[in-house]
Amino acid sequence: MKHTISLLVENKFGVLARIAGLFSARGYNIASLAVSETLDATVSYMTIVVEARDEKILEQIKKQLNKLIDVITVTDFTKKEHLDRELILAKVNFSTKDKNKLENVFHKYVGKIIQHKGDSAIIEAVGDNVQIKALLEELHKFGVKELVRTGKLAISN
Amino acid sequence: MKGAQILLESLKREGVEVMFGYPGGQVLPIFDSLYDSDIRFILTRHEQGAAHAADGYARATGKVGVCLATSGPGATNLVTGIANAYMDSIPMVAITGQVKTFLIGNDAFQEADVTGITRPITKHNYLVKDIKDLARIVREAFYIASTGRPGPVLIDIPSDIQLMDAEFIWPQNVEIRSYSPNLFGHPGQIKKAAKLIAAARKPIIYAGGGVITSGAHKELKMLAEKLNAPLTWTLMGIGGFPATHELALGMLGMHGTAYANHAIMESDLIIAVGARFDDRVTGRLDAFAPYAKIIHIDVDPSSISKNVNVHVPIVGDAKNILIELLKDIKQTPATGDWLKTVEGWKKKYPLTYKDDAGLKPQYVVEQIYEVTEGDAIITTEVGQNQMWAAQWYKYTAPRTFISSGGLGTMGFGLPAAMGVKVGCPQRVVFDIAGDGSIQMNIQELATCVANKINVKVAILNNGYLGMVRQWQELFYKKRYSQVGITSPDFVKLAESYGAAGICVAKKEEVRPALEKALKIDNTVLIDFRVEPEENVFPMVPAGQAINQFIGGLA
Repeated sequence: MKHTISLLVENKFGVLARIAGLFSARGYNIASLAVSETLDATVSYMTIVVEARDEKILEQIKKQLNKLIDVITVTDFTKKEHLDRELILAKVNFSTKDKNKLENVFHKYVGKIIQHKGDSAIIEAVGDNVQIKALLEELHKFGVKELVRTGKLAISN
Repeated sequence: MKGAQILLESLKREGVEVMFGYPGGQVLPIFDSLYDSDIRFILTRHEQGAAHAADGYARATGKVGVCLATSGPGATNLVTGIANAYMDSIPMVAITGQVKTFLIGNDAFQEADVTGITRPITKHNYLVKDIKDLARIVREAFYIASTGRPGPVLIDIPSDIQLMDAEFIWPQNVEIRSYSPNLFGHPGQIKKAAKLIAAARKPIIYAGGGVITSGAHKELKMLAEKLNAPLTWTLMGIGGFPATHELALGMLGMHGTAYANHAIMESDLIIAVGARFDDRVTGRLDAFAPYAKIIHIDVDPSSISKNVNVHVPIVGDAKNILIELLKDIKQTPATGDWLKTVEGWKKKYPLTYKDDAGLKPQYVVEQIYEVTEGDAIITTEVGQNQMWAAQWYKYTAPRTFISSGGLGTMGFGLPAAMGVKVGCPQRVVFDIAGDGSIQMNIQELATCVANKINVKVAILNNGYLGMVRQWQELFYKKRYSQVGITSPDFVKLAESYGAAGICVAKKEEVRPALEKALKIDNTVLIDFRVEPEENVFPMVPAGQAINQFIGGLA
C-alpha cells in the first residue's frame, strides 16, 4: 500500500542523500519524492510517497526518519486529513481536427494545452491521484508520447 | 587561531585526553598543532586499529573515544571500526582529513567521499566547509555521539580549512532543533508496566547493552531482587548484572544457556531493558516466547516493535525509567514456583563441557577468571573465542566485557584491549583471541610495545577459523572449505615485536603460564594450543526456536 509522508528537514547539502540512503539501505521503495524550500529558507519540505507492505514497516520508516539528525518533523498523512496534488506535463499526438476534442477533456480536468508544434501538443494538468489517473486514460486515447510528473505534493488542511 | 588549533582547543574543551590515529598528507596541519598539544596521541600501526582502540576506550570508560586519520585510504581504513561502533551504539568521534575544499569532487590524490561512505554507519557526520562552523560542529559531534542512543559521529575537515584563521568561539550550549533524545519514560507507561508486573507469574528480565550505556546496573539488580525474578542478558549486556548472582541465568540466544532460553520461552512476562530483540537472541521470531507479554524499555523508539510486538513500550534512558518503575511497583509477583521450575532447568541442562583429553579452550577461559580473580577487563575477537569468553568467565561489573556484538568484527580484540588499557591503566586487560582473528590486527602489538600499553593476549589456537568450521561440521557435512588456517610461530612473533611470548600445550601449564604473564611487565602473547575441533555448545541453529538445541551436552 502507498503512504504519503511529509518531512520538514534542514536545508543543507547531503540531507536528501541521507533520506534517500535510509530508504535504499532498508529496502524501502520510494514511489515519488518532491522537495522544495519553505517560507523559512533554512528548512525544506519533502513529500514522499512510499510503498509499505504493512503498518509495521511504515512505523519503522517513520521512526528511522525521525532518528536522522537533520529531520525536524515527520508527518504521516495516511490517517490525517490533507490535500494532495500532482502536476503532469504530457506530450500527446495532436492534429488540428482533434483540437476541440482535446480541449473538451479540460472541461472535466484542471489543465490546458500550453503549446502545440507539428503533430504534438504539450499539456499541463494538476489534480489528485484519482483525477490524474482518469485524465491519463483520456489522454492515452490521443496517444501519449512523453510524460513527466512532479510526484505528489501534500499539505495538511 | 588556525583551524587545526581550533579543532584541538575544541577537543580539549570536550575533555579529550587521548586520541588514536595515524598521520597523512591532508592532516598535516592537525599533526603540527598536536606537536604543541598536551592531548596524548597514540600512533597505531593501522587506522582500523585506531578506530577499534577509540571504541574500546569508550566502552571501558564511558567517555567518547576519538580517532584521527587522513583523507582517502586513512578514512576508508576507519570504516570497519566506525561501523562496529555504530552497531553497538558506542560514543565515538572520528576525525578525518579531506582534500582542499576547491579540489573536492575532482578525484584528487587520496580523495574519497568520506561523508558519503560513512553516512549509513554513523549517527551523524559533517563535512566542514566553513572555518566558522568548526568549533560548533565539534561541540555538536560530541553531544550527538554521547546522548540518546550513543553512536559514532564523523567530522571530515578539508586541509585548507585546517590552515584558515578564525576567531575561536566556543558555543556555550548545543542547540539542535531537530534532535532531542527522550530521556524520561512516560509516567503512564511506567504505571502500566508496574501493573503488568504485579499480574505476572513467570516474569523474566532480559537485559542488554543499554543497561551498561545508561549505568543502570544497580537499578537492574534492585529490580531483579525486588521481583525475585530470574534475569538473562545479551552479549552486549554482559556485566550489567553479576553472573555470580543466584537470579542470574547467563546469556540467552544462539549460544546462550539452555536454561535461559527455556525460561524466556516459558515466561509470561519479559521485561526487556536496553535490548533490541536481535535475531541472534530471538531465533525463529514467530516461535519466540509465545506466552509472554513484553515490556520494552529502550532509548531508541525505532528499536521498539521492530522485531517483536511489544505490549508496553517505554522510551527513555534505562536508569531513569528503572528508578521510576521501582517506585511504582507496589505489588510484586509470587515467583516461588517459577524459580523452582527455572532451577530445575539449571540442574537438567547445566552449562558444561567435556573436560577429557587435551587442552580445552573453555578451561583456559575459566583459568583466566581464576587467576585474575574475576577482576580483569576482557576483550574478545569474534567467533568461538568470543562465545567461550562470554560463557566461561563470570563478569560481575559493567564495562568489563568488551566485544564486537552487532557487527561481529574479527580483529577487534587486540586494538580494543589497547584502548581499554589506555583508559583503565590500573586494570589487567586480557584479549581472548582466536588464531584467525588475532592475525587481522596483529600489527597493533607494535603499538602496545612502543607505548608500554601492557595487555595480555590469550590465543585459543585451534588451527581453524573455528566458528565457520563448526557450522561446516554441523550443517555442511563436515566439508571443511577454507577454514584450516596457518599461523606464524606466535612466541617468536611476539618477541620480534618486543613483546613476550609463551606457548602452552598442556592443561597443567595453563595456570603457571597465566600467572607468569601477569608478572611480566610487558605485553604478553600466550599461544594456547587447544583442541582443534571443540565446538561451542549449546547451539540453536539459525532460524530455529531458541529452545531447539543441537549437539553437545545441552
